[in-house]
Amino acid sequence: MYGWIFRHLPGPLWMRILIAIALIALVIWCLMEFVFPAFVEYSPFYRDVTIDQ
Amino acid sequence: MTHTPPSLRQNAAASSRADHARPKSKGGWAVQIFGEILITVGLVLLLFVVWQLWWTNLEANATQEDAVQSLSQEFKQAAKDQSKPSKTSDHATAEPQPNWDPQTPEITAEPGHGEAYGIAYIPRFGENYQRPLAEGTSTDVLDALGLGHYDGTAMPGDIGNFSLAGHRQTNGAVLDRVEEIQQGDHIYIQTAQGFYTYTVYETKIVLPTEMSVIAPDPAHPGAQPTERLLTLTTCHPRYGDTERYIVHAKFDSWQPLSAGAPDEIKAAVGL
Repeated sequence: MYGWIFRHLPGPLWMRILIAIALIALVIWCLMEFVFPAFVEYSPFYRDVTIDQ
Repeated sequence: MTHTPPSLRQNAAASSRADHARPKSKGGWAVQIFGEILITVGLVLLLFVVWQLWWTNLEANATQEDAVQSLSQEFKQAAKDQSKPSKTSDHATAEPQPNWDPQTPEITAEPGHGEAYGIAYIPRFGENYQRPLAEGTSTDVLDALGLGHYDGTAMPGDIGNFSLAGHRQTNGAVLDRVEEIQQGDHIYIQTAQGFYTYTVYETKIVLPTEMSVIAPDPAHPGAQPTERLLTLTTCHPRYGDTERYIVHAKFDSWQPLSAGAPDEIKAAVGL
């Protein structure tokens, strides 16, 4: 899968490496900005700190 | 382990490269993609842990520092405004009679949800420990601003129970060191009115449903409160939330901003 993506990136090797890094960075950013906050309440480390019934 | 001659190793490398180029059977592709998905899921979960235990703290710390900064600017201005009327009195008088009483604090009106209106200082957590104090205990408040004030509980200095909640590991980890708090420790709250000093008299661990700890009078829930108390609540154990760690403190004294900060937090306040 990743090999396939990498082979289909345009340009010479150095450019494909740069594009790959940029894509990985974009995916990580999307995860941290949108995906993780949406799932945080299911996390084992996210703790309820309030007193309630 | 037998030593592989270099020539053989080269052959192996060449043949693995050849493997790569050779078109795979359908099953081979499926196995490879499945494997890559599993590796990806593993990496994403790892990243999630890093995000939550490290990144959310960086983010929240930055937000909280900004909030403290703008609040202390605001308070510095308020302090100037407070001291103006008294400036008209004669400077030469040896000991000017304070026109305020440390036992009758001025009370801040309850602000709107999510509004930061105070700064908490807990010297036990470090000389420079200062965190914003905001209205409400919903996640949007606690995750960003740190210490949230339970809606409807007393305001700082007021009769009743001024109750706060805060995270322990994530989102700024404002109460991470809660277990270091001891009886007799001071907790200071600064609002636009002044500084409220509380002294810790008890720490305990309760179940998450133990509403009495934030009742106006925790010792006699349901009774009319007579004392001015402060309560901190956070999760317990450190990486769990099956219980709550509670700190109870009693009101000690109050002083207006114009009187300067209490000695213990003078350096942190910079007033």
